[in-house]
Amino acid sequence: MQARRTGSPRGRTIVQQIRRCAVLATALGLTSCGPSVLDPQGYVGVADRQILLDSLGIMLVIIVPVIIATAGVAWWFRASNTRARYMPDFVYSGSIELVVWSIPLMTILLLGGVAWVGSHELDPAAPLPSKTPPLDVQVVSLDWKWLFIYPKQGVASVNRLVIPVGTPVHFVLTSASVMNVFFVPQLGSMIYTMNRMADRLNLIADHPGTYYGESAMISGDGFATMHFDVDAVPTDQFTAWVTTAKSNGPSLDTQTYGALMKQSMSVQPFTYRTVEPDLFLKIVTQAVPPGPGPENAQTPGDAGKALRN
Amino acid sequence: MLGKLSWSAIPFDQPIPLAAGALVLIVILAVLAWILVKGYMPYLWREWITSVDHKRIGVMYCLLGLVMLIRGFIDAIMMRSQQALAFRAPGYLPPDHFDQIFSAHGTLMIFFVAMPFVIGLMNFAMPLQLGARDVAFPTLNSVSFWLTATGALLINISLVVGEFSRTGWLAYPPLSELTYSPDVGVDYYLWSVQISGIGTLLTGVNLVTTVLKIHAPGMTYMRMPIFCWTTLASNLLIVAAFPVLTATYAMLLLDRYLGFHFFTNTAGGNMMMFMNLIWMWGHPEVYILILPAFGIYSEVVSTFSRKPLFGYRSMVMATMAICIISFMVWLHHFFTMGAGANVNAIFGIASMIIAVPTGVKIFNWLFTMYGGRVVFAVPMMWAIAFMITFTIGGMTGVLLAVPPADFLVHNSLFLVAHFHNVIIGGVLFGVFAGYTYWFPKAFGFRLHEGWGRAAFWFWVIGFYVAWMPGYVLGLEGMTRRLQHYDVAAWHPWLVIAAFGTVIILLGIISQIVQLFVSIKLREELRDVTGDPWNGRSLEWSTASPPPPFNFGVLPNVEGEEPYWGVKQRAIERGELRPEPEYSEIELPRNSPTGFICAFFATFAGFALIWHIWWLVILSCIGAFITFVIFAWRDRSEYIIPVEEVARLDRANRTARAAWLAANVQAAE
Amino acid sequence: MSGAQAGTGVSPADPYRIGHYVGFRQGTAGHAARELASKRVIVGYGFWIFLLSDIVMFSTFFASFGVLSGQTAGGPSGKDLFNLTNVAIETACLLFSSFTCGIASIGARTHDNLMYYGGMAVTFVFGASFLYFEMHEFVDLILQGAGPERSAFLSAFFTVVGCHGLHVTLGLMWLLTMVAQVFSKGYRPDILRRVLCFSLFWHTLDIIWVALFTIVYLMGAGQ
Repeated sequence: MQARRTGSPRGRTIVQQIRRCAVLATALGLTSCGPSVLDPQGYVGVADRQILLDSLGIMLVIIVPVIIATAGVAWWFRASNTRARYMPDFVYSGSIELVVWSIPLMTILLLGGVAWVGSHELDPAAPLPSKTPPLDVQVVSLDWKWLFIYPKQGVASVNRLVIPVGTPVHFVLTSASVMNVFFVPQLGSMIYTMNRMADRLNLIADHPGTYYGESAMISGDGFATMHFDVDAVPTDQFTAWVTTAKSNGPSLDTQTYGALMKQSMSVQPFTYRTVEPDLFLKIVTQAVPPGPGPENAQTPGDAGKALRN
Repeated sequence: MLGKLSWSAIPFDQPIPLAAGALVLIVILAVLAWILVKGYMPYLWREWITSVDHKRIGVMYCLLGLVMLIRGFIDAIMMRSQQALAFRAPGYLPPDHFDQIFSAHGTLMIFFVAMPFVIGLMNFAMPLQLGARDVAFPTLNSVSFWLTATGALLINISLVVGEFSRTGWLAYPPLSELTYSPDVGVDYYLWSVQISGIGTLLTGVNLVTTVLKIHAPGMTYMRMPIFCWTTLASNLLIVAAFPVLTATYAMLLLDRYLGFHFFTNTAGGNMMMFMNLIWMWGHPEVYILILPAFGIYSEVVSTFSRKPLFGYRSMVMATMAICIISFMVWLHHFFTMGAGANVNAIFGIASMIIAVPTGVKIFNWLFTMYGGRVVFAVPMMWAIAFMITFTIGGMTGVLLAVPPADFLVHNSLFLVAHFHNVIIGGVLFGVFAGYTYWFPKAFGFRLHEGWGRAAFWFWVIGFYVAWMPGYVLGLEGMTRRLQHYDVAAWHPWLVIAAFGTVIILLGIISQIVQLFVSIKLREELRDVTGDPWNGRSLEWSTASPPPPFNFGVLPNVEGEEPYWGVKQRAIERGELRPEPEYSEIELPRNSPTGFICAFFATFAGFALIWHIWWLVILSCIGAFITFVIFAWRDRSEYIIPVEEVARLDRANRTARAAWLAANVQAAE
Repeated sequence: MSGAQAGTGVSPADPYRIGHYVGFRQGTAGHAARELASKRVIVGYGFWIFLLSDIVMFSTFFASFGVLSGQTAGGPSGKDLFNLTNVAIETACLLFSSFTCGIASIGARTHDNLMYYGGMAVTFVFGASFLYFEMHEFVDLILQGAGPERSAFLSAFFTVVGCHGLHVTLGLMWLLTMVAQVFSKGYRPDILRRVLCFSLFWHTLDIIWVALFTIVYLMGAGQ
């Protein structure tokens, strides 16, 4: 287990840090070079963002006046303001009651519509509208890395996902051990990976680029290292990548998978030349047993020790 | 002999927890030594530890919450500083330690800060507002408190002996199963929550019975102050939801201890069932916390606007609506699990529906201020800050209830910012408002205003600086619980958030200083009338602090806002009501049952965590014997003689008469 | 709940006239008077609420049994395992003990020693026999290799049935202390309240058993 216990960057003083941040903050703004969900690079991400912004807009119409009114009313009716009328009997008004119940109700009706339509159109399991036939990718989250199997191409990749631009990608996802969430912020929807279960997700990259992918569910000590790059490349480059992958690297079968399944962190990306057919199915049906967890003895003192070293 | 426990359980090689543990130990020993040397022990034992008085127990709950708030906040500072430093660097906390810290932070803040605070305030104020002498089951109340304290103690023991859970505040399996978390961390978590959960459940039973069955004559349901209604709703939720938590964690414990297969990967276990069950408790839990806070705001806004609450019936309806709907929305915590479009849409819409009664409440508070004379005392400042902050938090909450939007920000810092927005801006601000509001009632003197304002501004500004960046970070794609990261765009925001935490720290320091300053200046801040805020409900009609029996004679309630009515009539007539006929009062006797029971529960919990079976059996027998001895006692009540009742109540009447004379004079 | 009762100086639209003293006679209009409850009622009521929470806990176990009942992981299913004769005997024991518990509580109310002690003794005997048969079943299953660690179905089965059994065990301990309390203190009002709670508890265990018998055994044996 790689322990990360090198000293903190104490050399950098707090003042320097703050200055650096102030500069960065102004330079970056909201739409920065980060993996922002507000800067989507594919159909799903764009549509998700649209719904997010629409819902936000609908609510801001109510929220902003309420906030202003709260501050305004509280200030105007301050005890020292002699011009404000004191109305201690104003404790009930049928018409106001009607209004205060109906405003949130109507907002929710509108938003509920958005939610209903949105969750049907953007159901992660639903195929994307595209003429190009989708690329199948099987995703397995392991402790603590990602395995991407390309069943048609017969190759697999660890901690790096290469996909062709403009081609819908149909993911089937599972986990070798604990839960994780597969998430590429700039491509859109995320989904859980669970052992003994296969989830489905459809995404597409409309622009070439390298996108940040991560796990979005705590999965143990190596969780923070579970990020990966998604390379969206033109189709010919993708074909070339597959060809290279086919000629290099180890082959993935039940045995090598068993080795890969053991806990490890910060694994550099690499590819598998061949993949045992139905490996994914074997993982989902537990024909291959689930990940073993920490290797050390089951006594707590020892386990804690080993993790600390 | 000692099960899994050995010297290796103590992290001699890890300086941070060891030093922290040693510090806590030294502080505890110092406090104990001070108490013993000063000879306060008999007093503490007699008046507090064995007390079954709902006011004393309420105060102890709040004290527990305050201490644990500091403990949980230290975790917060460590997390924020780690994330501020860990950009392309490992920071100073290794992953296993960082994971323990965020797990402990969440567990402490929900179970041992927010819960004790709201339960404490409910315990303190609700019987007074109902015009009751105590809760329905006073000794049970003491048992509840001490069991909660046991849970808190167990978590803090994990700092030094062994380790805490590294699986987040809800311990999702299979990560929390023995295969993936073989150490005692998860066991510490589970037993702490189970033991304190039993305490909470008993509180729920107790307070529901109190609201429904114990009250002054004439205190009908539609005359109860809103805080009593929200207490009722919150405790109904406790009664209905906490058994689910107990059962779910019992299943996880069986998995871990006896090799059952509820949530395991193998042999047909189903981890999704855990998610469903835990959120069947978890979502109502949110409302268990926020509803009493809503009640406090209702009391505070009405009192400091010098107006009755606007739309009382709407408020009652909204409260009960939230109480019911909160059981129908749990699935929105895992939209991204692939449940399918219909299920997601239905639960999304159900979740949004909760925003309707909540919105109504906000509007009603607004209209309560409208036409009032708003006094910006500290509780009112918290209430206004809440209305603004909570509106933002509510909005982001509804945003998260839209499934496609949730697909982008689920488990991100956006989510974390949302629930901190509603828990700090909703629950905690409410607790602080209630603390300031009822403090003079509990202790007879007000809290220092200046330090209160300082705390308010530090907290509010600190909250915004710390958590608005969270929303940005979530939209920037940052997921929660990252021990380190390489994305440059996140770093500045995390540094700002860490800076905000420092501002909040100043707020907490101000609150501690406020407490000490107020105690020092208590003669200046003395509340002689028992009604420092010109209050409207019954708790302000008795002395500050109230006598053990709360009311000399049970008040006869003749309308809503009973004390306001009484005051108005007294001013009209220029005199108090004629002195009532006093009679002797029966009160429950003190009992160490709660404390002793918790003593055994602590050993039982510790022994279960470390598999020391003989100690488990011994502790259970001890607890059983405690209850049997309690059942055998012959006198469960003591009598306060009529002279004593009269003496105490006459003092209160004298103070009221003086206030009235001053008031009538001012009116003329 | 009409707005007709206009008070002085109050907006007539406000049916509750909040914050305004309305005098003794008008004040109670529109409000059902709430009785001040006796201690017996309070205790019984509170204990009922506790029992409801217990039922919620059992519902959780039932729900998880429902989810996991098909997950036999290649092991035996309910059809292979359940011996309905044994379960019928258990049911008879428990139902009869509920009846005798009722007799005991009548005895407590009328201070009839024979009815009380006799009823309690028979209740104990039948409760203990119930436990004996249940333990017998459990041991049998475990010896067959169908223990709770065999499959998720068996985990859920052992938990839901075992939780009920644990309640019965606690009930028996409680029963013994109740007998001892009456023996040493007599039919004191506070002890009678505890007898009331005990009998509520015991009957609730019966209700839960009926649900358990139906959902776990009958439906399980059919699968």
